[in-house]
Amino acid sequence: MGAQDPNLDKKLYYWRVQQKKPRPPVIRNTLLAFTVGGLICVLGQAVLAFFQSLGMTAKEAAGPTASVMVFLGAFFTGLGWYDELGKFAGAGSVVPITGFANSIVSPAIEFKREGFVLGLGARMFSVAGPVLVYGTVTAVVVGIIYWLTKL
Amino acid sequence: MTRSKKVGQQTFMFSRPLPIIGTATVVGKKEGEGPLGEYFDQVVTDPLFGEKSWEKAESKMVRTAIQLAMQKVNLAYGDLDFMFGGDLLNQIIASNFAARDVPVPFYGLFGACSTYTEALSLAGITLDGGFAARVLVTASSHYQTAERQYRFPTELGVQRKPTAQWTVTGAAATIIGEGGSGAALTCTTVGKVVDMGIKDVNDMGSAMAPAAVATIKQHFEDTGRGPDYYDVIATGDLGSLGKALAQEMLAEAGYDLSKNYTDCGVLIFRPDQDVHSGGSGCGCSATVFSGYFYSGLLSGQYSKVLLVSTGALLSPTSYQQGESIPCIAHAVAVEKV
Repeated sequence: MGAQDPNLDKKLYYWRVQQKKPRPPVIRNTLLAFTVGGLICVLGQAVLAFFQSLGMTAKEAAGPTASVMVFLGAFFTGLGWYDELGKFAGAGSVVPITGFANSIVSPAIEFKREGFVLGLGARMFSVAGPVLVYGTVTAVVVGIIYWLTKL
Repeated sequence: MTRSKKVGQQTFMFSRPLPIIGTATVVGKKEGEGPLGEYFDQVVTDPLFGEKSWEKAESKMVRTAIQLAMQKVNLAYGDLDFMFGGDLLNQIIASNFAARDVPVPFYGLFGACSTYTEALSLAGITLDGGFAARVLVTASSHYQTAERQYRFPTELGVQRKPTAQWTVTGAAATIIGEGGSGAALTCTTVGKVVDMGIKDVNDMGSAMAPAAVATIKQHFEDTGRGPDYYDVIATGDLGSLGKALAQEMLAEAGYDLSKNYTDCGVLIFRPDQDVHSGGSGCGCSATVFSGYFYSGLLSGQYSKVLLVSTGALLSPTSYQQGESIPCIAHAVAVEKV
């Protein structure tokens, strides 16, 4: 690597790597994500329809539906199946609320060995934490804009 | 000092061949099912190895490999002058905790995945310098301990990139010095840290390839040898992409390695084992050498092997702070005697 300009060497090497790098199978991944993500949403819709059939309005049924889906995500993470699904479906299993449950339960399981306080308690939100923080911040910003435009 | 053992810039020629007395390997289930499965001494199907945590399991694998090696060669701890060992975990706890039960003076090493040849190199220098008669070398890694330290919890449903590699679950122990026969360390080329600006933590092979190329080139320049001198030149864990890059860059430098170059990370798994670019980790080159290449040297399949373990010297803190990945490679020549 002994050329004069180390930055040029680095740039050239970067391009060399880019040319040799295997590309992820984008079309396959997209189709799988669409299908699996869609199926999870169909399942959610079925649960929602079930709660509505018990006489709840769509708004009332949303809460228990989310709870059921979060439970399922957590349950299958505990069984060690959700990560297998994730390998296969990618974003299709990350984006729905079941993926959110997976992102909280997987570190909870993993860090339990470091104890309930410093392990499970402290690390549980290590993956989902940023989503919660920026989700909340975004909601507040959008809320303020909404309030200002309604004044 | 009569004559300097140093040749060229970075290579030490040992004044006599330093024989390997024996080796032992303990690997995980996936490694046992891989193409080299039959060369490993013990396959542990339970990632916890009967322990309460993966870290304890990795440490137990190191301890077990040491015990197996000692039994095989019929030596006691009192016969060993030093232990050199390391692993990937923070504060190298797998090795430090294994050394707790090994009453032998201990040097703990961290060279990331280059640790095995780093340890062999230091063992060789110590033996040749007359500071020891027999030295124990260990290296280990574990898929789950590495994943949770460097990446994500193992149960998180994420898709791996095609350039990602699979950390080998395995530990190897190698005993070198007086009383050995068959295969011996003859020289070592100590690597310098090389950083070509790669930041992608899912592509260690590309980050490490330039370090391997630098060390291999330096080895040829220092010794005056060419690629044909060796039956096999094996890098540690560049994986399929890193291997292709290294081979291409060496060819451009005038060294044709197309006939005898391989990579331990490519050898240890089959492509259909869902490992993407191949194996990685300290345990990768350690178990492949101690299991596969060492038995090849004893059986006469190989007579000259150059092992070049490659290490990516990053930490979760460094990549979160946007640093590129510094890498290193150390080469050790092992020849049939």
